[in-house]
Amino acid sequence: MPEISVRTGGAAGDGIASVGEVLGKSLSRLGLHVFGLNAYQSVIRGGHVWFQARASSDPIHSQGDNCDVLLALNKETAQIHFASMNAGSTVVYDPEKFDLADGELPVGTKKLAVPTLEIARKYSNQSILQNAAGMGATAFLAGIPFPVLQKALADSFGRKKGDIADWNIGAAGAGYQFAEAHSGANDHAVKPVGEPKLLMTGNQAIALGAAAAGCKFLAQYPMTPASTILHWLAAHSHQLGIVVKQAEDEIAVVNMAIGASYAGVRSMCATSGGGFALMVEGIGMAGMTETPLVVVESQRSGPSTGLPTKTEQGDLNMMLGAGQGEFPRAILAPSDAGEAFRMTVKAFQLAEDWQTPIIVASDFHLSESIMTVERDELPFPGPIPSLYQVQPNGSEYKRYAYTDSGVSPRALPGQPGLQFKAGSDEHDERGRLISDVLSGIPIWVAERTKMMDKRMRKLEGLRAAGPAPALDGPADAPLTFVAWGSTIGAVRDATNLLRVKGVSTNLLRIPQVYPLATSQLVPLLSQAQKTLLVEANFSGQLGHLIRAETGIALPNRFLKYDGEPFTPMEIAQKALEVLNNGH
Amino acid sequence: MATSAAPASGTTPLPVLVGKSEIKPTWCPGCGDFGVIAAIEMALKRLKIPPYNIVLVSGIGCSSNLPHFLNTYGFHGIHGRSLPVAEGIRWANHELNVIVTGGDGDGFGIGAGHFVHAMRRNVKLTYVTMDNEVYGLTTGQASPTTMMGAKTKSTPSGVIEHPLNPIALAIASGATYVARGFSGDVKQMADLIAGAIQHQGFAFVDAFSPCVTYNKLNTFDWFRQRVYKLDSAGHDPTDINQAFARAQEWGDKLPTGLFYKTDRPTYEDLEEVLQAGPAVKQPAGLVGKESILDEFL
Repeated sequence: MPEISVRTGGAAGDGIASVGEVLGKSLSRLGLHVFGLNAYQSVIRGGHVWFQARASSDPIHSQGDNCDVLLALNKETAQIHFASMNAGSTVVYDPEKFDLADGELPVGTKKLAVPTLEIARKYSNQSILQNAAGMGATAFLAGIPFPVLQKALADSFGRKKGDIADWNIGAAGAGYQFAEAHSGANDHAVKPVGEPKLLMTGNQAIALGAAAAGCKFLAQYPMTPASTILHWLAAHSHQLGIVVKQAEDEIAVVNMAIGASYAGVRSMCATSGGGFALMVEGIGMAGMTETPLVVVESQRSGPSTGLPTKTEQGDLNMMLGAGQGEFPRAILAPSDAGEAFRMTVKAFQLAEDWQTPIIVASDFHLSESIMTVERDELPFPGPIPSLYQVQPNGSEYKRYAYTDSGVSPRALPGQPGLQFKAGSDEHDERGRLISDVLSGIPIWVAERTKMMDKRMRKLEGLRAAGPAPALDGPADAPLTFVAWGSTIGAVRDATNLLRVKGVSTNLLRIPQVYPLATSQLVPLLSQAQKTLLVEANFSGQLGHLIRAETGIALPNRFLKYDGEPFTPMEIAQKALEVLNNGH
Repeated sequence: MATSAAPASGTTPLPVLVGKSEIKPTWCPGCGDFGVIAAIEMALKRLKIPPYNIVLVSGIGCSSNLPHFLNTYGFHGIHGRSLPVAEGIRWANHELNVIVTGGDGDGFGIGAGHFVHAMRRNVKLTYVTMDNEVYGLTTGQASPTTMMGAKTKSTPSGVIEHPLNPIALAIASGATYVARGFSGDVKQMADLIAGAIQHQGFAFVDAFSPCVTYNKLNTFDWFRQRVYKLDSAGHDPTDINQAFARAQEWGDKLPTGLFYKTDRPTYEDLEEVLQAGPAVKQPAGLVGKESILDEFL
């Protein structure tokens, strides 16, 4: 088979994510494209969690829809996921744990009873080993050679050697052999296709991108789904020479990052919507003091604390409006791991070039899913230049000098003779406040306007400097999808499903959501025959922005806000409806 | 991108001592903050720290305008957030002398959370609060240190909350240099601030700095009648229990001077990455570190 999806389900604490990651790693080491979705709840024990690892010899961009092998560690898993089993698929279960009558199985599916508990007991009384046995059976059905699984499993234990690793490998081997002996014809198996591929989460790609861009300081407060950026950079802090600080709250986080940037290092903070809300005043201060700042906002379902472990693109309006008053900013929205890396690098470059906050908009689906990426999708920038931009030349230094671009030469504390004050109050070219005794006096009223104009000129620079909107697929397709961020993955897969059915569509991607490159966007939208806006929020926030900036309305919308990621099939279905009946 | 100015002409300005900037203080005549800025200037001159190696950081409030009035680098940020900015500056470049100034509202009200955490980290900073027991810039509301019963615009029937004790809070939170000055005694305050700047760790100087416009209770005279010096009262600043006991004194007797001093490694001492020098002077990026990708294979 060119493609396989393996789904594992059980309770939190069963090690579901570990099983999924080991299977995903095994598949990526066979040279396959992999996308893995980790679906969990905001509990540490109990509940229902599942992981889908999808692999294909062709590029894939989402978790897909259904599964070919279902490893059910409890009955609830079987009941919930029977509806998602493809024809010909197999459910793996242990009859010692629960019964599964033939009549319960979906039509056209098979079951494989594996004595996972019995296998586990041979090694230890730790019943968690059952999942290793189940994983072994599942790996056999997926066509993963045992040595590949064994290596991936051993690697997952890292430095933790000894009994626990040996028991898991033993149990997995026993499960594998059992499946080999009892499963009959194995028609799910995939074939190795090439060299191992890199496999990472969106958050790991962001963290790696930050390191590659020369980030020397990360401040963060734990919040799902951004926390793993903190975890990866903290684990690599010494190796990479990056100061990583978990602060007391997100207000401290953003102010620390601004302080570090003011003093001359590239700095970043990362959070989700709730923490971003706390950072808002600080982000405005970065805009006013013209301090470079990269902020990662990994969205989750809102409002308020919402669904902590579920995905959404509902924070765009907040990112657009974050901060009192007006200041230049850009919002970059990567769609996969490669883009997450490159756009993080780009965000640092834009922040430094334009001396203003740049937001990288991720979401749960991108941040926490694992996906394969090619090495050439992760270009490392060359040597990172020093941030010292200006040297004393005897003349009066103006930190906020009026320039055509709006960007003024930046001195760093410690440089002799260039002392200036960075102020969050309005100021003149030299940083002297015009907020107090001077406000309202005519020449300073004019100065205020000039300083606002100077800062806002940078917005036009950012509009041209960011990644441009792009149209993928045949230009004359009768339907154009419009999407941003992680939603693009499922749309790509949907366009492939539709193409197989003989339906031509194309995809208009908007990597820089703000400021929109309207001069490129308007012709692309104007040439579209029909459009379908796909967004994971209630009100179609990107659609509103496009209409506000271009006057072009996108009447056909597929909006989803149930917390679950889009699937290719539901998008394809919606596209067919629009082609038949839409505007 | 045209962000580079002309190269150095070869005539680097000579390092000079800290002094006043071209900006005149905007405080009311007679404000206690004049005494504090005089003490800061005196201390910096005495220590001969060049002004380009100093960053004055502040938040919002009358006293938070202070950085503009001296010829150093400065960051005048948003209300209550001066300490996180200052910590970020230190972790980017710990060769800089970072001095944070602000008021009681900025530091103990809106910024109280950062105050506690900066102290437990023992970041090497000097934090000078101009404590006038009132909100001045917003024209006279109660502050966290306003005394019980005091009538202000926001408490017309009198304050019904117990005032915060900055000295006791600082000792409890892990500050390693805790002192109190009084604007009416610039020489003592300059000594305390000089000691704070030289201290290897978080140094806190709470300065009684009367507001002559909005606080008619805690006036210069009111303080003058009550202050006494700890060093002439047999206080041992290395004894944390004595320090706590002195910190509880309020009313007829108000101790000034050094309450507590101890040695503990700073955050910068313990942060592994900074052992290679200031972050701003270290190499950045992943060139030559391509093997980092191996873990994803």
